[in-house]
This record gives sequence, structure tokens and C-alpha cells, in this order.
Amino acid sequence: MEKNKVPSAISIGIARGNLEIKQFMRQRESVVFTLAFPIMLLAIFGSVFTNELTDGVTFSQYFVAGMIASGLVNTGFQQLAIMIPVERDFGTLKRLRGTPMPASSYFIGKVIVVFVTMLIQVILLLIAGVLFFGVNLPTDPIKWLTFTWIILLGSGASTALGIAFSVIPKSGRGASAVVSPVVIILQFFSGVFFVFTDLPAWMQQVAAIFPLKWMTQGMRSVFLPDSFAAQEVAGSWETGRTFIIISLWLVVGLILSIRTFKWEQDR
Amino acid sequence: MSSVISVNNLRKSYGANEAVAGIDLNIEAGEIFALLGPNGAGKTTTVEILEGFRSRTSGTVSVLGIDPDIKGQAARKWRNRIGIVLQSTSDAGDLSVSETIRHFSKYYSNPRNVEEVITAVGLDEKESALIRTLSGGQRRRLDVALGIIGSPELLFLDEPTTGFDPEARRAFWSLIKTLRDSGTTIVLTTHYLDEAEALADRVAVINRGKIMEISTPSLLGGRSTSLATVTWLDGLILKSEQTDNPTALVCKLSELFENEIPELTVKRSSLEDVYLEMIGGADGEK
Repeated sequence: MEKNKVPSAISIGIARGNLEIKQFMRQRESVVFTLAFPIMLLAIFGSVFTNELTDGVTFSQYFVAGMIASGLVNTGFQQLAIMIPVERDFGTLKRLRGTPMPASSYFIGKVIVVFVTMLIQVILLLIAGVLFFGVNLPTDPIKWLTFTWIILLGSGASTALGIAFSVIPKSGRGASAVVSPVVIILQFFSGVFFVFTDLPAWMQQVAAIFPLKWMTQGMRSVFLPDSFAAQEVAGSWETGRTFIIISLWLVVGLILSIRTFKWEQDR
Repeated sequence: MSSVISVNNLRKSYGANEAVAGIDLNIEAGEIFALLGPNGAGKTTTVEILEGFRSRTSGTVSVLGIDPDIKGQAARKWRNRIGIVLQSTSDAGDLSVSETIRHFSKYYSNPRNVEEVITAVGLDEKESALIRTLSGGQRRRLDVALGIIGSPELLFLDEPTTGFDPEARRAFWSLIKTLRDSGTTIVLTTHYLDEAEALADRVAVINRGKIMEISTPSLLGGRSTSLATVTWLDGLILKSEQTDNPTALVCKLSELFENEIPELTVKRSSLEDVYLEMIGGADGEK
């Protein structure tokens, strides 16, 4: 019965990933916007805040950590929570549901496209930071290890939460209006645009519930000197706690996305 | 003959509203079966239950020997044998025709040849065109290509020719007949009665959640035995007469006019006449 053996979920997922990357790359405006926007923000904030936070730590250096963490949220959570309702409205999802493609393959495709766009975004941001804004890259391999697991865990959590959140917008047209404020507020609260310890305590506490604050703090532990850890709220980088909280959000996101995923808008 | 689809006392309620109120249906292998009915008659609900998109309230359903209300790997194996062409999908269309069809072919265990499918639906010239540059009719043919790429045993077609020009419709009909002749069972829902007449081996008329009649298009609603209307031109006046024996009337007229009867037509009630009579005007509408 070889004839009836349907292709594996993973092989279909990889095919979907390739297709989604191809589709993304063909939407020129969104490619330019997704990849250049973080660099523009870095240029603006780097020019406005030229002071040093402590000896040898420029605002640009602080800000790059926040922008990389934000990139995880933008390419994963924001992109998916807006795109999936659009695909639902267009009937793309219903058509897929009528084929032997399982939901898991669809998710794998999303993970791939998010990871690839996120990686390109981060690399371009780092290149621009080093060339134009005096950003220093870490030399310690341990820090690059931290960088790697935050990227992997963070983009995984961000993707899963984006798929989970995609059930909330009632239509593709309104999705952006529902999703974008959530992301922007989270960015302000999590110390992306401002120095986290300058924020009011209640804001810090709200931010500590969500993963972006931990991704941002984790990225600071990579890009800022260890002496800066004393300036954090806890007086340390809290690396272990960062790992646990992002992992928990990944698990929550996975469970929610599998349980609540909708192929069609309810009538 | 074996039943590809068998449905017994199917019901589906939404609150107090019974959209499908006890339907029995058997669709045989290799036939084109058309479902007709006004909007809100329960046609779409019935088809979506057969397609595994909706759950049912009660009754038994078997599609290719499987209950469509399944999940997981069993559902994938079942979907591997089925093709579904839904109403309008409107993707952004940044992929080409052949890229899209080739991608969908990777979902199935036994896909048809991509080039052959493109030729079959008449999109050879548009093979490398991006989907967003296609016309409505071309897009619809792409939808059909995606429905048949997995070499399905059973194909669902929902309003397949909406927005087609007459020539494209004819071409499309012959494509569907070719599929039927190669052994594919086809379930068609359509608003066009001429389409049902041209394609379907059997038709079912659904109204208010129930099946009114299942028959061949030529026998539906007693069409073959209904009165015929004969019209002809007598001097300057168009005359017409209803009769159950049109041949005799034509012979009589022929003698009367001695040779050609001017403007002669003999018309049986059309499928549309019969259909409209069956559903009793527009009261099936929501």
C-alpha cells in the first residue's frame, strides 16, 4: 500500500517554509520595511540620545539589544498575528484544510519563514550598528551562546504566540489595528525604547509578566559589559530566570496555538 | 455499482433552526451528481459535512467508506483521495501558476503530472504568470487544477463556472466530462441549471433542508411527460398551443400550410421551469 502513504508532515512543512519565504521576498514593500525599519529606528534613537549610560556604554549599544529582541516579536508574533487572519479571510486556510496537509506542516512553514526573516533582520541590524553607530560586538563565546539560545527560544515562543493570538482579530482587515498596539505598548514597557530601570515600578512589573522584557534583558547581557548587570533591577542578568520564562511562554504558545487554531472565521 | 457517498437521515441544527432536516443520498462511483437548491436551502451545509468541514447533529455519513468527521492521520489519508474546489479564494497571488500547482502536488501520495494538469485546465500560456495577473476565469481554472492535482477519486466542485464567459464554460464542461470518463466521481453544486443539464448524470433538488427529488436532468419533475408548447406564425399573428401530443399537431399544421410552417418551435418545459416550480418561487430564500 505504498501508494496511499501520504508525505510526512515535516517534508510538507519544509516545502511550505520555502514557499512562504518565496512569497515574502516577492512583496518588495514589506521586505524593505521589515528589514530596514529597525535600522531606521536605531539611526533615530542613536542620533537623539548621544549620551553614555555608564562609562563606555552608549545608548546605541543599549538600544541594539532592545531592537534585536523586538525583531523577534515583530517577525514572529506581529507578522503572524496579522497575516494569519488575512489568510483566513482570503480562504487560503480553508483551501489548505481540504488537502492532506496537516496543521503541523502549516506551523512548521511559519517557523521557517519567521526564523529566516528574523535572522536576516538581525544580521543587517548588527552590520549597520557596527559600521555606522559604533556598536561593539561581544568577543566572549559564552555571550554568543547566550545570543543563540535567546534567538532560538525567543523566535519559537514568538511564532507560537503569534499563531495563538491570530484567533483574536475578527477580520484580516482589522488585524493590524488589534495587534500593533499590543506590540508597541509591550516595547515601551519592556525597556526597548527607554532604559528599563528609568521606567515606573508598575510598568516594570507588568513587563516582567511578558517575554519581551526577558528577551531584551537577555540581549543586554550579550551586548553590554558584565559590569552593567549591577544596574539592572535585580542587580544581575538573571540568565536562568530568563531561560525559564521564555521557555514557559513557548510552551503556553504551543498549547494555545494547537488548541485554538481556526481555519475559518466563525459564522 | 458501488456508492462513493452514502448519507442516511442527515440532520444539522443551528439552535432552533434546522438547516439540514433529514437527507438521504447515494452517489455512485463515476457519476456527475449535481445538487441544486436556492440559497439557504441547506445545500452548502450538506456539502461541507461531506467534505469534513462541518460536524453534523445526527445521521450517518460515509464518503469513500469513511466517516468524514475524523481527525489526525486517518483524516490525511482520506483527504489524500479527495479533491475540493471551493468558492473563490483570493490569495495575494505572488506565486506563479506552475509554482502553486507544483507546491500543492507535494501534499499528495500520488500526484498527477504538473504539466499535464496545467494543459488539462488550459493554462499552458499562463504557466509562469503570477496568480494576481490572472483573469477571474483563469483563476477558477487554477482552483480546479489544485483540486485535481492529487488524482482524487472524488471531486467536489462548488459553483465552478461563476464569472466564466460562454466559451470558457464550454471548455470547462468538457474538462469535467473528461475527468468523469477517467473514473472520477464528481459532486457539483451550481446555480446554473443549464450547467447541471449539460453535465450531470443525476441531480438532486434541495429545499428547506430536505431533498425534493433525485432524478436525471431529463426526467426531473416529470419533464419528459409534461405538456409541450407549439408556436407558429399564422399570417401576422404568433399562435401557440399546449399539447401532450405535439407530433400530431405539427403534422396537422404541416398539411394546413402545405409545406414550411413559419416560425415553428416545439418547446418542452426547461429544467429551469421545472426547478422553479419545485422550489415554489423564492420562498426558500433566507
